[in-house]
Amino acid sequence: MRGPLLLLLAIAALSFAGPPLGAALDIDLNAVDLLDRLAGPSPPHPLGTDELGRDVLVRLLAGGRVSLTIGIAAALAAAALGTLVGLVAGYLGGWTDRVLMRLTDAIIALPLLPLLIVLAALDLNKLGVPPALARSDDISLLRIVVLAVLVGWTTAARLVRGATLVTRNRDFVRAAQSLGAGVPHILLTHILPNVLAPLIVATTLNVADVILLESVLSFLGLGIQPPLASWGTMLSNAQELITSAPSLAIYPGAMIFLTVIACNLCGDALQQRFDHRAAARV
Amino acid sequence: MIRFTAIRLIEIAATLLVMSFVIYALIGLMPGDPIDLMRQADPRMSAADVVRLKTVYGLDQPLFARYLGWVRQALSGDLGYSRLFAAPVWSVLLPRLGNSLVLMGSSFVLALGLALGLGTAAARRPNSRLDAAINLFSFAGVSMPTFWLALILILVFAAGLGWLPASGIATAGTSGLGDRLSHLVLPVATLTLASIGGYTRYVRAAMQEALAQDHVRTARAKGASETRIILHHAMRGAMIPVTTILALSFGGLVSGALVTETMFAYPGMGKLIFDAVMGNDYNLALAALLLATIATMLANLAADLAYGWLDPRVSYR
Repeated sequence: MRGPLLLLLAIAALSFAGPPLGAALDIDLNAVDLLDRLAGPSPPHPLGTDELGRDVLVRLLAGGRVSLTIGIAAALAAAALGTLVGLVAGYLGGWTDRVLMRLTDAIIALPLLPLLIVLAALDLNKLGVPPALARSDDISLLRIVVLAVLVGWTTAARLVRGATLVTRNRDFVRAAQSLGAGVPHILLTHILPNVLAPLIVATTLNVADVILLESVLSFLGLGIQPPLASWGTMLSNAQELITSAPSLAIYPGAMIFLTVIACNLCGDALQQRFDHRAAARV
Repeated sequence: MIRFTAIRLIEIAATLLVMSFVIYALIGLMPGDPIDLMRQADPRMSAADVVRLKTVYGLDQPLFARYLGWVRQALSGDLGYSRLFAAPVWSVLLPRLGNSLVLMGSSFVLALGLALGLGTAAARRPNSRLDAAINLFSFAGVSMPTFWLALILILVFAAGLGWLPASGIATAGTSGLGDRLSHLVLPVATLTLASIGGYTRYVRAAMQEALAQDHVRTARAKGASETRIILHHAMRGAMIPVTTILALSFGGLVSGALVTETMFAYPGMGKLIFDAVMGNDYNLALAALLLATIATMLANLAADLAYGWLDPRVSYR
């Protein structure tokens, strides 16, 4: 547990502290220097420069900030949406439950990557998104978060629904009902705490999945748009220079790999810890 | 069970109908439209030509009417014409599907075989050093970005050592089996390494549970050999959860592996769907996406039916 967590915290700290630090040291992450392209490591550029003479280290850290932000934001939003759906389906039961669970099953059974490509390539103007928003720099970021939430909420929904079904008829919930507690109160204070542990595990694992999804979409040119840098876009740019400048591809890929494996190992460790507690209680 | 299968098939048909409309509508929301593209390609086109072409292609009709027309045609077996490849959709789709099945099928079999071995080995000695090593390997496989893995394989084995070709499906002008196989090695290795981790973890978890069952202890007490216990007593039970995962990935055989195909310039379904979607080729994109959806849903049905065969306690209501 401790190793992966420390690794994750170190990557996060560097990614979020890197760009301001670079700015303080007067290194602009988008500063093009065509006379100093594809340079090897040197004191001003510890990891060398890319095909436009930009500093690789600073871009790597800035890219980490983008990738991590997307991963965490999307995983949290997916957990929130899934929790809402799961609570409603589990507590109300009947038709609502059946429709919502059918929807979850359908999403799990679809070939997701091809469909995500269609969604990622949609013309936002035709969808009626205001042009000012559709053309802003952050729209590619927002779009990936929305896509990741669309595919990511089902795990949380199933977990929360299952726990709600189990706890709904327990005595303490009955007691709260007979004391006149409202539905939102019962859901939030009596039912939700019982599912928090698996929900945290699922969200941690989802961060890893979202970071991978972001990198795939960016790699295909459907994700983060320049000048914003993410690990996926850096890899995508490096692809054409793979034989002449392989390090440009190796660094961002290694960062994705380390971050994702750290998230996965943390999630696994959390799961085992929670399982032990659950086993001890029984 | 017949009733169960029939209900599921009806559900699948209904889902497909809904999906086809959703995909049809979504593709209409992609940037640009086919007539605009033609107009860009040919500046001599007049406004009258545009109107005429829109009528010819039926683009002047409302979305739902166009969709109904497509359904009628598709049900009669005519999937239309692919603009991108200037050929009927069927004749574009089938060779790509074959390529994908070869690529995905061989990596699927390889990954599954290796995962069964690794997962069983890990489950037999939980918390041993071997278990920890296999666990780390599995997590590495799950966490590896596919395109990065492909890049590294290309760097080492194609660019560096020069042992294997880095792209394509065969060397131009040759037609040997060995040549085709050598083009398959790197993409298959990429896909196998990328999928083996997930499978191994499922096999390990399922096997560990199966080995803890009473009938396995009984078999051990009766002095059955370790091989017999694993293969005869534990494997069948362990295969039940593994079947679901296999079925879910089986659908992927048809939708292809977009990233790997792109990296190795391998002409499979994944790249085809991507190109069709990006190139506004409605007919092709629709047919390919629906084919992938059908395959996934049929695979899920097959998994549910396989449950009953593997585990007689399962009943189909």
